[in-house]
Amino acid sequence: MVAIAEAVPKRASRFRFILDRRDVLGSIFVAPAILYVLLLVGVPFLMAVYYSVSAYTIYDPSWRFVGLENFKQIIEDPVFHQTLSNTFIFTFGSQTLGLILGKFGALLLLRPFPGRKLVRALVILPWAVPIALATVAWQWMFDSLYSVINWTLIALGFITRDQAPNWLGSQGLAMLSVIVVNAWRFFPFAIVIFLAGITAIPQDVLDAATVDGAGFWRRNYQIILPMILPIMTIGLVFGIVFTFTDLSIVFLMTMGGPVGATSVLGFAGFQTGIVSGDVSHGAAISLFMLPVLLVVVVVMLRFIRRREI
Amino acid sequence: MAAVLTRDITKTFGDVFAVNGISLTVPDGEFMVLLGPSGCGKTTFLRIICGLERQTSGDLLIGGDIVNDIPPRARGVAMMFQSYGLYPHFTVRHNIAFPLKTQGVPRAEIYKKVEWASQLLGIGHLLDRRPRQLSGGERQRVALARALVREPTALLLDEPLSNLDAKLRASARLEIKQFQQRVGVTTVYVTHDQVEAMGMGDRIAVIDKGQVRQVGTPTEIYDEPADRFVATFVGTPPMNIVARNGGYLGFRPENFLPKEMINDGASTEFKFRVDRSEYLGSERIVYGVMEGFDPNQVITAKLPPAHVAEESIRPGEWHPFAVRNSALRSFDKDGKRVSH
Repeated sequence: MVAIAEAVPKRASRFRFILDRRDVLGSIFVAPAILYVLLLVGVPFLMAVYYSVSAYTIYDPSWRFVGLENFKQIIEDPVFHQTLSNTFIFTFGSQTLGLILGKFGALLLLRPFPGRKLVRALVILPWAVPIALATVAWQWMFDSLYSVINWTLIALGFITRDQAPNWLGSQGLAMLSVIVVNAWRFFPFAIVIFLAGITAIPQDVLDAATVDGAGFWRRNYQIILPMILPIMTIGLVFGIVFTFTDLSIVFLMTMGGPVGATSVLGFAGFQTGIVSGDVSHGAAISLFMLPVLLVVVVVMLRFIRRREI
Repeated sequence: MAAVLTRDITKTFGDVFAVNGISLTVPDGEFMVLLGPSGCGKTTFLRIICGLERQTSGDLLIGGDIVNDIPPRARGVAMMFQSYGLYPHFTVRHNIAFPLKTQGVPRAEIYKKVEWASQLLGIGHLLDRRPRQLSGGERQRVALARALVREPTALLLDEPLSNLDAKLRASARLEIKQFQQRVGVTTVYVTHDQVEAMGMGDRIAVIDKGQVRQVGTPTEIYDEPADRFVATFVGTPPMNIVARNGGYLGFRPENFLPKEMINDGASTEFKFRVDRSEYLGSERIVYGVMEGFDPNQVITAKLPPAHVAEESIRPGEWHPFAVRNSALRSFDKDGKRVSH
């Protein structure tokens, strides 16, 4: 009896089981994420708001409140109008192209063929390769003198050397080029999303559709597509947010040119705020992304919730 | 409605025969059950009939026409799947209407037919719900309505009751059978459950390892099994099979009775040592061994408990048991049935 009594542990200190408390442990686990968001998203965002209502430039770093004067000037600037419409064209062009490529890629990769695993792995490359490296390759393909695309077209006899397009030098083609590069970067992600969605559809449902008389197109557009719409929308939200805020491809390929034809919001904000040092106007330009993205995300998330099946 | 006929159908996956030469005739309006253990090829055979799989060799005829190269949508057959395969993003109405839409049926007629099918199955009040809002039994009815709405040449059912609980299964069995009789559609029903097969089938085809072992009415399958596989696959507990004279002798547990219970006609007597006895309410299952046969082979007897008092069959004792000669079945050394 004595031995048993001695084996009973001493009265625990108040903090001994602190980690067994759900509220405490939960807060500890979630703290890094909250801290990360606050410091790296929240603080810069508040700073942008702070600068956008000031006359702050790196040449005159005294903070002076000007209200919405910066926004007013930007809205009245025709160059900004072009930038805004460029951003929309760039985003929706590359997302549409990326989704189409993704859908067909996924359909191809669903069929069994020798080496499918290897192809599935390789197809992820455009997404995994650092954007700077990839863009160098694309720049060479679109180069005015050494374009491989032009060289191929000429070699195949479709065009002559004088007709060879100057991909990055003319306004429409430059936009097309950056859209193509961005779609190329986005489509592996779209393939992954589509593959995940399509493989999650029960085989019974697809078989039922086949027996019920649905051919390839009807099966794809009346059964498969509606069933993967929720996951597709999530992918699209990601794609739109990343593309709308992206400046790397434009920065590396065209520097917004020719004559602002490919300038997008992120690039314009960077140019004005950082390169030219007009921090207040740069911040104001960047803040134009916010309402657009907010609307896109809210609309799409509500749509998904309603579609949930 | 049409007859379904197969001529020596085979299907191989790699060098494995999933279906190994099945020739089967299902006359117009018949309820044919394909019964077999899992992996015996019955589902593959059903998928060949509806066109989801292409047979490796052999011919398939529906309504007298060879349909080997006709795609599923043109065969006019309907199939109901194990987990029903309802379209989750459509309402019940849209689900039932889908097979008609693919055929280009006019809108007004689709509406009428959907009403007809849903009334027939008593799901009229569910038409605006989605599949996830339905219970298992309701989903099954929707699937059946979708299969029937375009009045198929043949109705194929792949283990349709396996997702229902035991109680619902019994009522669904009755419902499907009554329903099939009313509509009169040629039906091929796949199951591994002998209760379903015996209770529903006009005829049963017992399948094992991709081959048909016997085709017959439930009575024929049970009373006159063509070989040892059929004899032991159908019936719970299965038929007792003992080796005798270079062949095999079989008798059903319910025919193996205490000698005093058999007083009419000729019978064969065995000495039976009871090892274990289970009382199941409506019957008593007794396990033991027979004198003169393999002492390791367990023989089962199914006794009516009202007639056999518990103290009269005490474990460890030898009892005189007997089987009527009319209930004895003989099989040759390969397991094929031989007549007396």
